Amino acid sequence: MEITAIFYLLPALLMFCAGVYGFITRKNMIAILISLELMLNAVDVFFVVFNRYLHPGQLEGMFFTLFAIAIAAAETALAIAIIINIFRATKNVDVRGLNEMKF
Amino acid sequence: MDATLPLLILVIPLAMFLLLGLFGNKMSHPLAGTLGTLGMGTTLVLAYTVAFTYFFSGDPTFIAENGDRLQHVVFNQTWLAFTQNLVIKLGFLLDPISAMMLVVITTISFMVHLYSMGYMRDHHGVYEHGFQRFYAFLSLFSFSMLGLVVATNIFQMYIFWELVGASSYLLIGFYYTKPSAVSASKKAFIVTRFADLGFLIGILVLSFYTQTFNFVEFTSAPVEGLLDTYQVNIATSEGIRNIFASAQASTFMGASVLTWALVLIFMGGMGKSAMMPLHIWLPDAMEGPTPVSALIHAATMVVAGVYLVARLFPLYLMETAALDIITVVGAVTALYAAMVACAQIDIKRVLAFSTISQIAFMMVSLGVARPDFHEGLGYMASMFHLFTHAMFKALLFLGAGALIHAIGSNDYTEMHGLRKHMPITHWTFLIGCLAIAGIIPFSGFFSKDEILSSCLGNSTFVYIWMSAVAALTAFYMFRLYYLIFWWKEHETPAGHHAPHDQPWTMSLPLIILAAISCVAGFIPFGNFVSWNGEPYDFMAHFDWSVAAVSLCVAILAIVLATVMYRKENPLPAKFKNAMPALWRWCHHRFYWDELYMFITHKIIFGLICKPIAWFDRHIIDGSMDAMATVTNKASEGIKPLQSGQIQFYVWIYLIGALLLGGITAICLM
Amino acid sequence: MESVGSIIIYVILALALVVCSIMAVTTRKILRAATYLLFTLFAAAGIYFQLDYEFLGAVQIAVYAGGIVVLFVFSILLTSKPGDNSEALSSKSRVTGLVAALAMLAVTGAALLSRCELFLARPEMQNPDMKLLGSVLMGTGEGEYLLPFEAVSVLLLACIIGGVVIARRR
Repeated sequence: MEITAIFYLLPALLMFCAGVYGFITRKNMIAILISLELMLNAVDVFFVVFNRYLHPGQLEGMFFTLFAIAIAAAETALAIAIIINIFRATKNVDVRGLNEMKF
Repeated sequence: MDATLPLLILVIPLAMFLLLGLFGNKMSHPLAGTLGTLGMGTTLVLAYTVAFTYFFSGDPTFIAENGDRLQHVVFNQTWLAFTQNLVIKLGFLLDPISAMMLVVITTISFMVHLYSMGYMRDHHGVYEHGFQRFYAFLSLFSFSMLGLVVATNIFQMYIFWELVGASSYLLIGFYYTKPSAVSASKKAFIVTRFADLGFLIGILVLSFYTQTFNFVEFTSAPVEGLLDTYQVNIATSEGIRNIFASAQASTFMGASVLTWALVLIFMGGMGKSAMMPLHIWLPDAMEGPTPVSALIHAATMVVAGVYLVARLFPLYLMETAALDIITVVGAVTALYAAMVACAQIDIKRVLAFSTISQIAFMMVSLGVARPDFHEGLGYMASMFHLFTHAMFKALLFLGAGALIHAIGSNDYTEMHGLRKHMPITHWTFLIGCLAIAGIIPFSGFFSKDEILSSCLGNSTFVYIWMSAVAALTAFYMFRLYYLIFWWKEHETPAGHHAPHDQPWTMSLPLIILAAISCVAGFIPFGNFVSWNGEPYDFMAHFDWSVAAVSLCVAILAIVLATVMYRKENPLPAKFKNAMPALWRWCHHRFYWDELYMFITHKIIFGLICKPIAWFDRHIIDGSMDAMATVTNKASEGIKPLQSGQIQFYVWIYLIGALLLGGITAICLM
Repeated sequence: MESVGSIIIYVILALALVVCSIMAVTTRKILRAATYLLFTLFAAAGIYFQLDYEFLGAVQIAVYAGGIVVLFVFSILLTSKPGDNSEALSSKSRVTGLVAALAMLAVTGAALLSRCELFLARPEMQNPDMKLLGSVLMGTGEGEYLLPFEAVSVLLLACIIGGVVIARRR
């Protein structure tokens, strides 16, 4: 049996969809962030798989993933700083409670 | 003589107004009153000096090169220079009528200032609330009125015209806690405002066609031209006439533009001088303090309309149609007001209608004046009557004020038989009545007689009509006199002091004015005032037949009044019952107020304003409200889309993106 | 033809990837969600290894598993008490999420399955060595990445400063 690209892509797609589901349904900001990381990682896997199967001699997909990881790290660090700040102010990490600036 | 002295005449009352208006409340009452009176006294002296210098002295400012007295002396200062043609000046115009008006205004105003010192306090000597304000307003009025008569151009006149209107409004509403005074002041303001609209349009039309505002140019040009029309052998000045050629040549709805302008300007005069149908404000204006009625609503401001017509008289001569309108309006008003005056109970109302009637006399006199009859006798007679009327009507009003002050009521029904209690008031009032009735040798006889001769020179019908009005005048004045001072013995209500004469501040003006009314008729008025500046000796042309007729008529009327009202008797009631309809109509002033109420409330408010208001409220506002409601509803509807929940946004975005992707895929397949 | 070992490894990695990611978004304990995320990241790293990108796998483990997940755990411990359950999802939000996720799956899955080149066997590839990676990362020529590298370094610096400023107690 040959493990073709689609065998890697479908689990990554499922992972992405799980991220979408989590992002839309969860109310805890950290859980939302976790869902976001899932989606980001699924896309990383896509990049790597495409690079490996379709353009084996090149490194673009790999480097894209590398930079995406670096940016994800930065983004997570900042997001968590913001979340902690909000928590400090409101004792709450539920997104539904954060509507005091609305309208 | 330079412009300083004339200027001071205007500056002193203005300064007094500012002083008393701004700092009056800090002053004691007597100080404020004394200051105002002294200021007016100074103005009086200055005005007399200026008038005397103008008429009698050989001051080179007033003498032309050929030795005649100059007709117009102008001190001008450019105020607003819009364009080369449109320059508005402020200045001081001295000519016979303005000098005469200066004398009249300052005299009456000074008398009223003095009189008010006594009038504006009660029997215990306590000053009325707002005493200083009263004097401030009096000064403002004096300033405005003086400014009006010395205006060098029609624009300046309009400014002061409005100022006298405003000060009249303030003084009518002096007792601003009394609802009737407030509504009377509003009425006066609105009615005259309405008339002034016509005045303003007239000014604009006239100035547009003639390219000037100045009285001197208005009046000297027609004088030159008219001399030609009336076959007076003075060379015509074509150039000067030309400025009126365009106004006469252009026509609008069948009359020349000049006629329209003059009629519109006369409309402003109708408002101020309370000619029918704009007279309704004057009787109500009696709500103001009586000295104010004497000053503003009898002697000075209400003759502004006459003065305006006299000022532009040479212009009116060019369009005699306008003069005919003035004659008709004046004649109708004179009869109407005289009839109404016969059936009033409030003595101030009687005097108010008498004022309307007498002003109408002056208007008629101007309307019938033509240069080809006794060299424009009517013009001179009108000015003469203005002068004498100011004196005796102020006298009558001040006398009425003294009565009201003593009795505390305006109704003659509460007076009766006061002749023994108030002798000074009685005798001065009698002199006033004799003067207005036209009994020789009191001043009214001469001026009224000239007016009647002038009417006769124009039309017999007008002469008979005005003679009838003169008879009515004598009748209602003596009816008033007898009902106040005779009829029956005075009954002092229990707990009141018997009425008595007033302090010297109130009696002195009465005596002075009575003295003037006795002798003013002998002033050779024609030597000073005539329409073209030529001295006119009316005594030389005195028409004794006219005089005899008018005298007989007046005496007959007085006898009738004596029979009816000297002693308490049932005759007046009989007359009243014999003609109930006539009496009721006269008593209700021919229902003019009701007519106005009907027109404004039922027709204008009901038929025009209400539909407009409805349209405004339901269509205009409704459409705006509908827009607002729709916007509001729409925003409420789409507000959930902007929930601020990022997850919802992501969901929308994702579904949208997937739909697009799906559609693209289907299209590519 | 793959070896049986690699197929087994693949199955394990794929299962771990799918199951752990689904568990991460459905569990009601937030700390467990972080743990499942960690496993998912490990599985992704395993896939990188299997696809011959050892360096990338190492970075994945070091940065993601070692850095980011630790941050998550820290923040979870700071913001919630241990043993807290998040409230049960309402059926409405569950349906909304499922609709989005399944629509995503359907559209993207259809797109993937319609491409026949994705069913080809894996081509041979030389494993990129560190020297090559280093020169590409630091090079300025075509297909080389100095500018993004520097940009990311600036971003990281800004992120450090920003994190300090935001989270500092005032």
